[in-house]
Amino acid sequence: MSGVFTPRNIVTVALLAGLTLLPLYVSLTDDRFLLTLFTRIVILAIAAVSLNLILGYGGMMSFGHAAYLGIGGYTVAILAFEGVQSGFVQWPAALAASAVFALVIGALSLRTRGVYFIMITLAFAQMAYYLASGMARYGSDDGLGLDNRSQFGGLIDLSNKTAFYYVCLFLLFGSIFLVWRLTISRFGMVLRGTRSNETRMLAIGFPVYRYKLAAFVIAGTLCGLSGALIANHTEFVSPAMMFWTRSGDLMVMVVLGGMGSLFGPLFGAVALLFLEQFLPAAIHAVVQPFNPAGAVKAGEYWQIVLGPLLLLVVLFARGGIDGLLRMLSSRERHG
Amino acid sequence: MTLFIEQCLNGLQFGLLLFLLAAGLTLVFGIMDLVNLAHGSFYMLGAYFAATFAAWTGSFVLGAVLALGATLFVGMAVEVIAMRRLYGRDHLDHVLGTFGLILFFDEAVRLIWGPGGLSLPLPAWLNASIEILPGIHYSAYRLALIVVTLAVAAFLYAMVMRTRIGMLIRAGASNREMVAALGINIKLLYTLVFGLGGALAGLAGLMQAPILTVQIGMGENILILAFVITVIGGIGSVRGSFVAALLVGFIDTLGRAFFPQVLREVLGASAASTAAPALSSMLIYIMMAVILVAKPQGLFPANTK
Amino acid sequence: MADALLQIDSLSKRFGGILASDSIKLDVAPGELHAIIGPNGAGKTTLIAQLNGLLQPNSGKIIFGGQDITSLPAYQRSLLGLARSFQITSLFLDLTVFDNVLLAVQAHAGHSFRFWRNARREPELREPARKALERVGLLSRADRQASALSHGEHRLLELAMALAGNPRMLLLDEPMAGLGPEESARMVTMLRALKSELTILLVEHDMEAVFALADRITVLVYGRVIASGTPADIRANAQVREAYLGETEVAGAGHG
Repeated sequence: MSGVFTPRNIVTVALLAGLTLLPLYVSLTDDRFLLTLFTRIVILAIAAVSLNLILGYGGMMSFGHAAYLGIGGYTVAILAFEGVQSGFVQWPAALAASAVFALVIGALSLRTRGVYFIMITLAFAQMAYYLASGMARYGSDDGLGLDNRSQFGGLIDLSNKTAFYYVCLFLLFGSIFLVWRLTISRFGMVLRGTRSNETRMLAIGFPVYRYKLAAFVIAGTLCGLSGALIANHTEFVSPAMMFWTRSGDLMVMVVLGGMGSLFGPLFGAVALLFLEQFLPAAIHAVVQPFNPAGAVKAGEYWQIVLGPLLLLVVLFARGGIDGLLRMLSSRERHG
Repeated sequence: MTLFIEQCLNGLQFGLLLFLLAAGLTLVFGIMDLVNLAHGSFYMLGAYFAATFAAWTGSFVLGAVLALGATLFVGMAVEVIAMRRLYGRDHLDHVLGTFGLILFFDEAVRLIWGPGGLSLPLPAWLNASIEILPGIHYSAYRLALIVVTLAVAAFLYAMVMRTRIGMLIRAGASNREMVAALGINIKLLYTLVFGLGGALAGLAGLMQAPILTVQIGMGENILILAFVITVIGGIGSVRGSFVAALLVGFIDTLGRAFFPQVLREVLGASAASTAAPALSSMLIYIMMAVILVAKPQGLFPANTK
Repeated sequence: MADALLQIDSLSKRFGGILASDSIKLDVAPGELHAIIGPNGAGKTTLIAQLNGLLQPNSGKIIFGGQDITSLPAYQRSLLGLARSFQITSLFLDLTVFDNVLLAVQAHAGHSFRFWRNARREPELREPARKALERVGLLSRADRQASALSHGEHRLLELAMALAGNPRMLLLDEPMAGLGPEESARMVTMLRALKSELTILLVEHDMEAVFALADRITVLVYGRVIASGTPADIRANAQVREAYLGETEVAGAGHG
């Protein structure tokens, strides 16, 4: 029986193994760029995992999720600026700030549904953006730099890029594990039911609002963690982190990877950031034979391909990468 | 006092401009049940087309008219090529699909016109000051904007409420199959409505171009405001958009002009200077939150879907 | 009726110009199977929606088990023991059959702020779910996705979900809708078996089923009650025949 060795499982395991062994590869080839790229992928994957919880499993189309990246990031940066370098203070503070914002924004937004919900969450994210832009002390539009990464005493040195990568990877695996337990628990069942048919959930006796709010807060908090990590990674935060189009990027990752699947957000993060890196090169290669001079420039306009590509995925491959892998896996089983 | 009147007029003008933008968004949503994030792209295209055509023809007005036509055409083309396939689907699909269109248009504009912005200068006869009240001067162009947008708003109202086409539009909203069964070409109707929405956005874009900006990404910045207005006014309600747009226009303009002063009185100079910029920008969102706590479906919810 | 389980008192509901429910007065005794019949557009589904809380009446009262539930939100009515099945299938189509019933059980099994344990393995959720599925004969289909079931099986699943929460009373909105003769017969047998354990308010078009099962029948026309009584009373009622059953002989009248 090919039950275990399905394409889906193989790809998943290969990806996880690849991510774990990456630093080894980097130390052999000295390709430091790859380490930086994948650290970013892993961090954003955590954000995507958090969004998948409410979007993929809970059906809440939150278009303001990037706000929590900013809230988590700015908490760390502001504390660092004010002299608090300890990660033991910064990170819990980032989580707490994100949780509080999520609670307030969620409490207000979740009273609405559908399109209203999309638009409200979007507007609240912009509010966070303007809040950050208005803080003159912390750099306004120009953003705020960090002199040092979060300090954890003798425990771990985050300025060591490999150590930092493994911290992020560990947190990613931890997040996925946590989300897994959540989605098979009673709480997760409520979320799934709500996504499937909210009216029915009310009719059979679930006070749906409170569960949605709880999920919203959990997702916001987890995304805040991602924000704290980004602040450490780039050693810089700016309001642009929270502009609503960044929320769009996160949504793209979740949908591209496969909504409501455990590893979908990871697939999506990898896919999107890969496209960002290699689509220019691909365009370059295609244009090269026809217009050698313009090929490089052509590559710079890679989003002109990404846009329609996204539309095509939405129209024809809505299950995302995970969906495609599932299709391949079930076909194999039926021989 | 003069400043206050001037700011009130600015608020009115801004609000009316926002109405044009929001009206298109809410029409498309109300009638086709379509969430169009790329609405801001038509706003951008209107401005870019106007700047280009005005430069080619040497005439501001001619450039504007041509730009309107071009935007209408692009809007209809987008509907035929892309939007059709999205009708009836989950709103999430709309959001993601049209998000992809934003990326496409931003890059396409960058490809065609380059990354720097453009400018759309005013002709001499508009670049003047008119004395509206003894001692109070106001920009002729802004007055013209107010007049034009009011005219368009009146036209929209008349069209939607009084004409047969408007009736079809409203009927299409409530019962697609019936309208189609009557032999009306609903595909064409939708294409026209979508095109109209895009043209309205384009008009808003080209009109603000001489005052504000013509640059890539301008659509994304203002789209949020259009959303806030649509939410406050009630999705699908043109009347609601009008009221909400004026509300937002006034509060945003007057807020930015006078709120820092108010803060200074209340909080003292230094605290005010830190808080003022952020709070002024946030006023609209705070207002939206307050309204939604009281009325989660907006001020004038249209018939529910 | 003094000790009725469900009392509907002068319930009215307006939609713009249309009076969907016109001062409806109705009592259901405990253990009774009370059927509501009426032509299309009579407001039967509107009535059910008001009873289970998805719609708010403009005026009137609903009293369940002695408690005024008129302004109680839907989810709380379910927790009081008033369960509903839907006329237009309203299932969790992208979940498995088992998950559908599990959710119905879970709603009545305490709060759901449990984040760790696998819900599908919890015996206090599993067992009632299995039992409900067995009751309606769907246990063998438990692992299929709900969307893969036939229409008849959907109606059975609807029933299973209504039963899963151990309700005191069932509001059944056209459980036979779209069923063929064989499936209808199955459903009638099932409902007859349920009669002895539960109070049932049944909205149906299938006259054979109604006259075979009902203890009492109420006839609704244009939102108004025009007659209420035993099946024999209703068959004999001239007003009812004229308004609804038509000039031809009523099904079952021959069985007298």
